[in-house]
Amino acid sequence: MNQDSQSMHFEYNVEGGNFSRAGYASSEIKKLLKQLNVDMGIIKRTVVGCYEAEVNVVAHAYTGTIYVDLNTESITIRFQDEGPGIPDIDQAMVEGFSTASSKVREMGFGAGMGLPNIKKNADQMKISSIVGKGTTLEITMLLQ
Amino acid sequence: MAVKYFHHALKFRKEVCIGCSHCMNVCPTQAIRIQGGKAELTDNRCVDCGKCYRACPVGAIIVEQDDFSRIFEFEHRVALIPNVLMGQFPERVSINQIRSVLHELGFTHIFEVEHGTRILEGAMKEYMLRHGQRKPLISTFCPAIVRLIQVRFPGLTDNLILLKPPLDIAASYFRKKLLDEGAKNKEIGIFYITPCAAKIAAVKSPVGDDTSDINGVINMDFIFNKVYTSMKQGHTGKNACQLPSLFALQPEEMLWSLTEGESSRMPGRSLAIDEISNVIEFLEKMENEENTDIDFLELRACDQSCAGGILTSGNRFFTVERLRNQACEVKLETPENGVTDVTASMEVYRNFLMDNIRVKKVLPRSMEKLDEDMKQALLKMQMVRDIMESLPSVDCGLCGSPTCNALAQDIAQGRAEITHCIFIQKKYEQKDWLSSRESLEILKDIWGEEKFGSRKN
Repeated sequence: MNQDSQSMHFEYNVEGGNFSRAGYASSEIKKLLKQLNVDMGIIKRTVVGCYEAEVNVVAHAYTGTIYVDLNTESITIRFQDEGPGIPDIDQAMVEGFSTASSKVREMGFGAGMGLPNIKKNADQMKISSIVGKGTTLEITMLLQ
Repeated sequence: MAVKYFHHALKFRKEVCIGCSHCMNVCPTQAIRIQGGKAELTDNRCVDCGKCYRACPVGAIIVEQDDFSRIFEFEHRVALIPNVLMGQFPERVSINQIRSVLHELGFTHIFEVEHGTRILEGAMKEYMLRHGQRKPLISTFCPAIVRLIQVRFPGLTDNLILLKPPLDIAASYFRKKLLDEGAKNKEIGIFYITPCAAKIAAVKSPVGDDTSDINGVINMDFIFNKVYTSMKQGHTGKNACQLPSLFALQPEEMLWSLTEGESSRMPGRSLAIDEISNVIEFLEKMENEENTDIDFLELRACDQSCAGGILTSGNRFFTVERLRNQACEVKLETPENGVTDVTASMEVYRNFLMDNIRVKKVLPRSMEKLDEDMKQALLKMQMVRDIMESLPSVDCGLCGSPTCNALAQDIAQGRAEITHCIFIQKKYEQKDWLSSRESLEILKDIWGEEKFGSRKN
């Protein structure tokens, strides 16, 4: 049990490259927020951002963990991955910027909207990355 | 919990129920528990899909309908029939025969529900143009799906197409037509022959709309038996009564209630999904993504859509085959005399029907929340999690809840005890926290005295 009864923690593993399981953690987080009776609009924004970030980990990293910190004020979701990292975060934040090959773009991915879209949906977003080691993305949503 | 949102057509007959829990295990919204040896329904969770009705081995679940003799309270007795009725009978029975026997039974008018689809199709296309930013728009044809979205996917209620289903349009049209021909409103009795429970519930308490032009509902299996018996006894209906001008349906109208009946008529990218578990799986996934380029979703609770309704008598695959064959035949024969009749007549009422085609906003009624108050909900969530640590996760259902997780939630909400779990009971007995006599009493409370009686030993 948690020492702080007003806060709950959850962890989900994400397997790099396994798209068939991508979205599992987002669905679980969605369930939690529904059980908490959070406003549907907030749930929608959270899940959209969360799903995008989860797919990012699957698409780019080798492995990752999602840490969820939930209380009645807010939910913080941290996506910590081991992967190639992002060399230029500012550039990655620009809408339309993408490192995806034309082949990937043809499949409907890699439009360069991932991070900007997460930022747009989240109330707060923090990102840090070390090339060759991995990326940590944290989004916070206010629930009230 | 006191507020009752839905009228339910499915009724559980306690005196017949043997507490076998088949219904509990198939319910897609986990609305059923076993208590005192009987199945108990949580009204606000039930979406009237009818899975339990099909699973019940003893017929303890019935579908409430109006007494057939009620039709004789009215001078003008309209049978509003969905086209799937025509698919119930063997091929050699003609549509005219069925109609004729319905007349013999006492109906003065027979009108196909699907006549309402022509006006609706136009209205849907217009609606899609106007609300295209809310993609994908979801059909409200199947009332069980509308309720499912309300209770399990409340975030998608805004995507519902807020237009009346063909049934209501057909009923409005026919009532108005009879009124204009001089009938008094109270003399008109419109009875819908339903293939499922959800439609009944929708007529008795329409979602997003307060009034209904339909006076009563009669179950399709009841009508099927009446018609079929009457035919078997030699009432072929061939010369029994003169038929009013034939209101033949167009092929696309005949197929509207089958899978892809709507999606094939809608512009853009459309998907049709039938069977409620398939629908749940799909919506669960869809909720996660912000931008889908699907324009229209046709979702139906039954496998093979209305052909698989719980009140149908025929095999659903044969029904689909027959209806498709019938639709092909119409194509070959057109134009037929009566065809222009009803189309033209409905055109006269187009403005009237279009003025009344909208329904009110469908409100979310989430049943997922553990508590209204977020603080309480969080505490209960914590509790559920703690309880889950000690439950075995085998979902055996012996506690009277469908899954371990459902039991954990029931406990957190004060509706069950941890000792309902048979694994916990064994553990507690080992530790002398519970006597074997006490644990037997607990099982008796859940499953009823009789199950522990002297059937063999």
